[in-house]
Amino acid sequence: MSQHTISPEITFAPDHLGGTKRIWKTFYLLSILTIFELAIGLTIYNIHKGAHPNASLVLAFKGLVCILTLAKAFYIVSVFMHLGDEIRNMIMTIVVPLALFIWFVIAFLSDGNSWKNLRNTDAGSKPDTHLVAPAAKEPGQKD
Amino acid sequence: MSTTAIPTGTKWWNGGRSPFNASYGKVMMWYFLMSDAFTFGAFLISYGTLRFSENYWVDPNHVFSAFPFAEGMNLPLSFVSLMTFILIFSSVTMVLAVHEGHKMNRKAVEKYIFWTIIGGLAFLSCQAWEWTHLLTHQHEVWINGINGAAGHVELWNTTVSHNPFGPEVTINGHQYATPGPVAFGSYFFEITGFHGFHVFSGVIINLIMYIKTKMGHFDQRGHYEMVEKAGLYWHFVDLVWVFVFLCFYLI
Repeated sequence: MSQHTISPEITFAPDHLGGTKRIWKTFYLLSILTIFELAIGLTIYNIHKGAHPNASLVLAFKGLVCILTLAKAFYIVSVFMHLGDEIRNMIMTIVVPLALFIWFVIAFLSDGNSWKNLRNTDAGSKPDTHLVAPAAKEPGQKD
Repeated sequence: MSTTAIPTGTKWWNGGRSPFNASYGKVMMWYFLMSDAFTFGAFLISYGTLRFSENYWVDPNHVFSAFPFAEGMNLPLSFVSLMTFILIFSSVTMVLAVHEGHKMNRKAVEKYIFWTIIGGLAFLSCQAWEWTHLLTHQHEVWINGINGAAGHVELWNTTVSHNPFGPEVTINGHQYATPGPVAFGSYFFEITGFHGFHVFSGVIINLIMYIKTKMGHFDQRGHYEMVEKAGLYWHFVDLVWVFVFLCFYLI
C-alpha cells in the first residue's frame, strides 16, 4: 500500500502501516491500571469502615492512585493520541504549557488548606478545636 | 510506530514546511484540546481547593454505591468502573478506526467508528441513570432546629444545592446523616455534566465522520485525516474521564 500525503508541509509521513499489537497492548495496560485503581479504591473504603481509620495510610493510597492516573494519562496521550509518534517540536509545544498544572495544583490546594486553618482557628486567634472526629459532633453544633 | 528516519540537522523552522511535521488542522486540534484541558483542569482544581478547605467531605463510596436493577445493594465503585471500561474500550475502537484510516480501509473505518458511537451512547446512558439516581433517590437527613425549634428528620435527594451525605449523628439511638457540604453537588453535576456534554458532542462528531466515511468523502480526498482529528477529540474525552474518575470516585 502506498503512503498517502496529507499536505505538502508534512516532511516525513509517519509510518502507520504497522499492526494493531501496540494498540491492544496499551488497552490491556490501561485495563490493568484501572483494576489496580479500583482495588485501591475498595481498600480505602474498607479502611474507612474500620473504627480508627489510619489517615496517613489512606493518604498514601490516594497518592498511589494519583500516580496510576498519571500513568494512564501518559499512555492515552502517547499511544492513542499518537503524540509519542510526533516530532520533538510538536511534543514540546503541547507538553510544556501543561507543566503549568504543577503550579496550579500546588498553589490552589495549599490555598484551600489555608482557608481551612483560618476558619478553624478564627484566623489564628484560637487553637484548632476541629481535630475531633466529625461523627462525634453534637447535633446542635454548626459546621 | 514512527519508523521513518529523520535526518539529523533537519531545519524545521526554515519555512516551506510545518515545523511540527503536522497539518494546520491537526496542530490546531491539539491547541484546542490543550485549552480544553485547562478548562477542565480549572474546574477540577477549584473543586479540590474547596474540598481541601472543608473539615468534612462526602465519602464517594457511600454516594456512588448503587447499580441499575440492584436496588438496596451496596456496590461501591462498581457502576463507575463499568462506565470507565466502556469509555476505555470506545477509545480503543476509535484508535483502530484511525489506524484503518491510514490504510485507506473504508469498511473497517466504518465498523470501528460505529462501535465507538455505540460506546459513547452507552456511556451517556450510564451517566443519565447515575444522575437520575442521585436526583431522585432519597435519604434520611437530620436537620438541626433553628432558633430553639426541635430538630427533625427530612428526606433529601442530591442536587446542586443540597445533599444528604454529611457526617452522621446519633439521635435517640438512631443514626442519621446530616446535610453534606453544599459544594459537592454543584461540583459533581457541573464537572460530570461538562464532561458528558463533551461525550455528547464527541458522539455527534463521530456520527458525522461515520456518514462522511460511508459517503466516500475521505476516499475522494485521498486521506482520512479528519477521522484522525475526531479521534484526538474522542481520546481527550477519555483522558478527562480518567481524571474525573480519580477526583470524584476514587479519592
